[in-house]
Amino acid sequence: MARILLPTPLRPFAGGAASVEVAAATVAGALDELVARHPQLRKHLYDDAGKVRSFVNLYKNDEDVRYLEKEGTRLAEGDALSIVPSIAGGAEELSNEEIRRYSRHLIMPEVGIEGQRKLKAARVLAIGAGGLGSPLAVYLAAAGIGTIGIVDNDVVDDSNLQRQILYGSSDVGRPKLQAAAERIRDMNPNVEVIPYETRLDSSNALEIFREYDIIADGTDNFPTRYLVNDACVLTGKPNVYASIFRFEGQASVFWAEKGPCYRCLYTEPPPPGLVPSCAEGGVLGILPGLLGVIQATETIKLVLGSGDSLVGRLLLVDALSMRFRELKLRKNPHCVVCGPNPTVTRLIDYEQFCGIPQEAAIAAASATGIPEISVQDLKGMRDRREDFVLVDVREPHEFAICAFPESVKIPLGTLPQNLNRLSTADEIVVHCKMGGRSAKAVQFLRDAGFRKVRNLSGGIDRWAQQIDPKMPRY
Amino acid sequence: MISVAKVLLEEIRAHGRDTYPDECVGALLGRKGDPAQVVALEKMENIRTERARRYEISPLDYLRVERLASEKSLALLGFYHSHPDHPAAPSAYDREHAFPFFHYVVCAVAAGRPGDVTAWTLSEDTGEFEREPILEEET
Repeated sequence: MARILLPTPLRPFAGGAASVEVAAATVAGALDELVARHPQLRKHLYDDAGKVRSFVNLYKNDEDVRYLEKEGTRLAEGDALSIVPSIAGGAEELSNEEIRRYSRHLIMPEVGIEGQRKLKAARVLAIGAGGLGSPLAVYLAAAGIGTIGIVDNDVVDDSNLQRQILYGSSDVGRPKLQAAAERIRDMNPNVEVIPYETRLDSSNALEIFREYDIIADGTDNFPTRYLVNDACVLTGKPNVYASIFRFEGQASVFWAEKGPCYRCLYTEPPPPGLVPSCAEGGVLGILPGLLGVIQATETIKLVLGSGDSLVGRLLLVDALSMRFRELKLRKNPHCVVCGPNPTVTRLIDYEQFCGIPQEAAIAAASATGIPEISVQDLKGMRDRREDFVLVDVREPHEFAICAFPESVKIPLGTLPQNLNRLSTADEIVVHCKMGGRSAKAVQFLRDAGFRKVRNLSGGIDRWAQQIDPKMPRY
Repeated sequence: MISVAKVLLEEIRAHGRDTYPDECVGALLGRKGDPAQVVALEKMENIRTERARRYEISPLDYLRVERLASEKSLALLGFYHSHPDHPAAPSAYDREHAFPFFHYVVCAVAAGRPGDVTAWTLSEDTGEFEREPILEEET
């Protein structure tokens, strides 16, 4: 015979007895016997699914049966099986200061104290602290998301301030995460900011993602976007996605367990260079504000578990016409990462998957025979008033920012119909902003029979950096 | 209804002050009845890491205090804990973890200074806490 020792609060359900003798030889059998004799104990010991409740601990003599053979643990003559309730409690998770701060949430039944507790317990990871990450982090922090992780290893630049509202002029030159953490702490000291001052890559993504409930992707490049998607699928996390370009944006929630993933929508990245980045193509400063706030809204809805999320829908935003359209997205049954027969079962090399990165492409181009000239050599040629033609293949609105006064201005797209303005007899130097478009122009001219044509390495931007500090950079 | 000697109430307040900004926790030992009579306290260790808002007692400590009570021929009447910078009202979290028949005494500690002490029991019918008066005994 073994003895079951009942804790004080359960004794009234067993007629006041402190212990009950049982004949059973296992813990499970002993509990069955106990409940058969005192049926009122059932609801205190077992949940609706018939499992022993989480706040009921079982000890054989002084050992937790979880570390023995659980409910299969054997009971011998003279053993004592103690039922030990978990005694726990504590103050309301929200302090009086928090209750005042979140009062406009608390008075809405859809949020209330319960919802605000969920927000406080939530852990959200923002990938990127740029145009999208700024409004996202600001609103998540203001709303009371308890833990916000941010991955970014950039430094605040003047050109960020037009849209990245986490930063001010005095932050220029500082690491973004340092400035962001300070700003968020000032906005809401209840938020814990966890900075990851690193580049997200295949070696660290899974480890970081596992620490969070929701991932919000605010990246500006395809390799990271595919990396975030695949890491979310592999860790089972929802990916609150947005992307922006010039006047247009997209947003969705990719969550493989409930709907399509990013790869279901875009199985393959575009060829490198086809879709310009914001640095190349520009972006209306307010647009990431719109889209980042949509990401924050979706994130908060997921935490609260309310409303209809963007799972299975792609929201298209056109700021110029101010139209919002919606595309229905379906799960791709052949998806290589979230389909039933995935071929991508661990993270891959995303730089390679998305094609050679642009800088490397330019380097490769020069290696394959596009002749180049340095900004120093160009300065020498100009100083000596050598006889050559400088061709600027940027767009007209770029000429307006800065340009060489003597250059022949032919935007890259119009080069074919303007060939007659150039002579194969002339020494030609072609430039653009960074050297990428001009490399294409040089290739095109060489194919058209021009031999004395060279590409200005690093473009007018390098000229502004290394030769003429008065020239504006953009 | 629960009766507690003034000196024991002061002991609860002092415990809350000493562990501030963390929560303190202890057991109430005494005699059942109406009023239940608290005659001794047993300070206990708070094993939670986020002790500013939570308390938890290890199962072995719980067994120890049950044994202590029976050695002293007393009943384990319930537990007390402090609410640092919070009112002396049980939280939703307290309710989720409460057991019927136990008495729960809560002591507010504001900015390190102990304040109100209240007592509660969980209603078996409604699953809600009901406040019970504390009779302060002089001795």
